[in-house]
Amino acid sequence: MLDLLNLFVKEIFIENMIFAFFLGMCSFLAISKKLSTSIGLGVAVICVLIITTPFNWFILNILLKPGALAWIHPSLAAVDLTFLAFILFIAIIAAMVQLVEMIVEKFSPSLYNALGIFLPLITVNCAILAAALFMQEREYTFAETLTFSLGSGIGWFLAIVAIAAIREKIRYSNIPAPLQGLGIAMILTGLMGIAFLSFSGIQL
Amino acid sequence: MKFIRDILDKIKPDFEKGGKFEKFWPAYNAFDVFLFTPAETTQTGSHIRDAVDLKRTMSVVILALMPCLFFGMWNTGYQHFRVTGVETGLWENFFFGLIKIFPIIVVSYVSGLTVEFIFAIKRGHPVNEGFLVTGMLIPLVMPVTIPLWMVAVATVFAVILGKEAFGGTGMNVLNPALLARAFIFFAYPAQISGEVWNDLTLGEGQKIINGYSGATSMAVLDYDYHNLPPLNDLITGTIQGSIGETSKIAIAIGALILLVTGIGSWRIMLSMFIGGLAMGFFFNNIAPAGNPAHPMNLPAYYHWLIGGFAFGAVFMATDPVTAAQTNTGKYIYGFLIGVFAVILRVVNPAYPEGVMLAILFFNVFAPLIDHYVIQSNISRRVKRWNSTDR
Repeated sequence: MLDLLNLFVKEIFIENMIFAFFLGMCSFLAISKKLSTSIGLGVAVICVLIITTPFNWFILNILLKPGALAWIHPSLAAVDLTFLAFILFIAIIAAMVQLVEMIVEKFSPSLYNALGIFLPLITVNCAILAAALFMQEREYTFAETLTFSLGSGIGWFLAIVAIAAIREKIRYSNIPAPLQGLGIAMILTGLMGIAFLSFSGIQL
Repeated sequence: MKFIRDILDKIKPDFEKGGKFEKFWPAYNAFDVFLFTPAETTQTGSHIRDAVDLKRTMSVVILALMPCLFFGMWNTGYQHFRVTGVETGLWENFFFGLIKIFPIIVVSYVSGLTVEFIFAIKRGHPVNEGFLVTGMLIPLVMPVTIPLWMVAVATVFAVILGKEAFGGTGMNVLNPALLARAFIFFAYPAQISGEVWNDLTLGEGQKIINGYSGATSMAVLDYDYHNLPPLNDLITGTIQGSIGETSKIAIAIGALILLVTGIGSWRIMLSMFIGGLAMGFFFNNIAPAGNPAHPMNLPAYYHWLIGGFAFGAVFMATDPVTAAQTNTGKYIYGFLIGVFAVILRVVNPAYPEGVMLAILFFNVFAPLIDHYVIQSNISRRVKRWNSTDR
């Protein structure tokens, strides 16, 4: 139990998807102009993460891993389908995002309009695929996968909400013209990364 | 003074619109305003008439930093001569420290102000007094032995990326002085943390101390806190550490100046000290049994006295630009800094000191804290409005 708690905290602060790995930057920079929409996108990313990563865990463990197919027929025990992991992970993520998109459109049309193209683009949000690949590489158990996906989702949410609040604050700042918009957001991300570096090195 | 005024008045037409140095008006203006009180008044719009302007605010902070600076100078000499075993008096200690520390201050001001002036001339806005405090804070959070070029690089980095990119004084998101320290901290960790006093050479032929290596109280914490200096030394500040952070008495004088003049926020200071204490107590209670040397066992009040906690609480966290702006937000902000500073100190073996990073971390989250304080205020009022009979 303590292991899971440690993993959870670690994914939020120490191995933050944005500030430790710089994954999922495109939507992080594009949707963080307003706090309310960034909260929406953050929640959407958390939802997609906690649905797809455990789902991918099942796919990996009952279909793809070497010997995983043995439950169908003993003669299949030698089959190793891990080379299919990439394409299956992406397909599952795409399907899930479609589902989330429909749900958001049904229940919150305003959020759906605000997120625009970036909602379907969660499909190619590197943070989501990275979570599935980290899960494969680090050989998490199912409980760990759940904790991991929730933790990294919350970490991503925290990052986008923090930068959105800052960008709302600096909206009226006298920023040099060439830096306005994306430029200052990139600098800001780097500076926030320095602040988040404070957690690197903690052993949990 | 009359003499300087005359010179300034004489060259003024050259810098005004149409003069030959028109481009350098911000530079001229900065010198003029720095030396004298400007005679101009606002031409349009309403404005508040108040004796406290940016220049005066910054001057008070500089004044509040002076005890720390002077003590730091004396302490540098004291530590040096204590190791060499030379019996010295107050002034010898002080002058030794002055020679060591003055170049750091000069480098910090010159490199930072150069950047400020270039930006002001290029962008055509007046130079602000904001850097005066930053330029003094940067040397105070450095160890004495820091190479001067690092101070220059860090200052330029902090002023350009931390401040001018955001539009200059009052617009920055992270505290530039802390950013400068964090820059050195991550780029050249060997020079800034741990054993920082081991190279106090005076010059050629006087390399007596090269072999001496002393750990700061923060480095001691990771091995066994029982080896910390005695409580008296921690309070008076005759210990090793960054220039400004050692003496809690000097910091207390500075805090008093800031609080009496109302420039530093007592809410942030108070809640940060409480946060550190609370987290210290919490760690005392969950400390693993059978290991009395574990940093979790450190008595909670010690966290106030070691490292940069007090200095950070008084001068860094209270920075009016980067801290939370709402009153409730200030309590939350300060408390969380205290909590996180102690967590980083105790839990993170990679960095002996966590105060600076904790403050930077919550600089990042201050706008979010403010946003939610304001939102909850709005929703509470809406609720009250709806529940009253009209």
